[in-house]
Amino acid sequence: MARTESVQVMDGDEIRRAITRIAHEIIERNHGAGGLVFVGIQKKGVPLARRIRDAVQAIEGVELPLGTLDISLYRDDYGSRTAQLVPTDIPCSLTGKTVVLVDDVLFTGRSVRSALEALIDFGRPAAIQLAVLVDRGHRELPVRADYVGKNLPTSRKEEVLVMLGDDPCADRVVIRKPGGGEGDR
Amino acid sequence: MSALNRNILALREMSPEEIQLILDQAQEMKEILSRPIKKVPTLRGKSVVTLFFENSTRTRMSFEMAAKTLSADVTGFSASTSSLAKGESLKDTILTLNAMKADAFVIRHSASGAAHFIARHTSARVINAGDGTHEHPTQGLLDMLTIRQHKGTLRGLTVAIVGDIAHSRVARSNVWGLTKMGARVRLVGPRTLLPADVERLPVEVYTDLRRGLSGCDVVNILRIQMERQDAGLFPSVREYAQTFGVDRSVLREARPDVLVMHPGPMNRGIEITPDVADGEFSVVTEQVTNGVAVRMALLYLLLGGSNDAAGH
Repeated sequence: MARTESVQVMDGDEIRRAITRIAHEIIERNHGAGGLVFVGIQKKGVPLARRIRDAVQAIEGVELPLGTLDISLYRDDYGSRTAQLVPTDIPCSLTGKTVVLVDDVLFTGRSVRSALEALIDFGRPAAIQLAVLVDRGHRELPVRADYVGKNLPTSRKEEVLVMLGDDPCADRVVIRKPGGGEGDR
Repeated sequence: MSALNRNILALREMSPEEIQLILDQAQEMKEILSRPIKKVPTLRGKSVVTLFFENSTRTRMSFEMAAKTLSADVTGFSASTSSLAKGESLKDTILTLNAMKADAFVIRHSASGAAHFIARHTSARVINAGDGTHEHPTQGLLDMLTIRQHKGTLRGLTVAIVGDIAHSRVARSNVWGLTKMGARVRLVGPRTLLPADVERLPVEVYTDLRRGLSGCDVVNILRIQMERQDAGLFPSVREYAQTFGVDRSVLREARPDVLVMHPGPMNRGIEITPDVADGEFSVVTEQVTNGVAVRMALLYLLLGGSNDAAGH
């Protein structure tokens, strides 16, 4: 078994190209950008949502709203500690809008379920679409993404880290294996 | 485990970090109250029992609204219609309610220390909603949240608390909370209404209203309790209003961006004039909204998370 602690699976250029492709797919699927609202799941979905929104704006030459959503109050899989709340800011009514929900990694699907429940408390969107940078499999709920940056087969024990910073060149996605790498259970 | 592994009995017992956490979480909770659907499923299946052995409308309703917004089930208990009227002791009442598997008790009682007493006899979480003349921690927290929203911070501010300090649990919770968070507190009132142990509190004492308000950032005006007059603690309501009632003229002593607060219920025309109560400096209605947010934050921090949070 590999003893490597972390392996880089995407670099800054690959992430940038994936975001550009997702932006084009969103525009193509929705026949333009009219009525789109981007909502990032706190915390890692927020910078990604901003990048995708900015890319769509640049292509279409329009201004589009960007919101943030904290799903802590809707979770069914609390960790060992209660999560501390961070801002939820939905800048407009979602009724009749097409919401592009954005998260960094799609894994069990439980965060997305929580986010769907939360979003509907802000109105009745015409549609909700899901964009993720990485789909790592292991779904526990019937959830799928509409836009995927990269499909990444993983073991359940591994951790996928998406690092988006102020400098896009330093962006990367890494897989961190548990110490010693004993494989999947 | 929940984020705050403790009961909320007195701000004197809490650390600045814990207070900071509660205020931060309350700030986020406030957003929920402005949503089209003011309900989140977080505390589904948790039960909160409100035990009010003393009359209250706003505190009790505020706790109930907070619990219901978080989807907890709330059962009310009022002393006048309960078995207490048949002579059941407080301890037996608690043991009975405890056996019904409540997750949290919210208690108001006329005896100082009642919430601590209950906490010793239950495995559920206990929140003090006012005990005698001791503390009213949730009022202290909502006052601090209101100040922080307007001033950005509590550190370095001067807060004057005016009126019947001796009998005020609100004053005590404010003194402990504010000083822990780095504010300076002045107690302003007639000597007869200052607590006997005032020199042991971390405060400055003023018996002259004008001097007490001079240069302060916040004025928190307490309700004068009419029944105190019978005890001879001040000569007449009219004289109290003239010497310690806060009106526009005396408010000019304070900073030009002063905040005027009152925990309610107000005696308009006695401790506060109506034009000050409704004026541009008043944040009284914001205090009420913040009260719901603070209580939501506490219930979330105490009961949220995995199911062993309540200890059974």
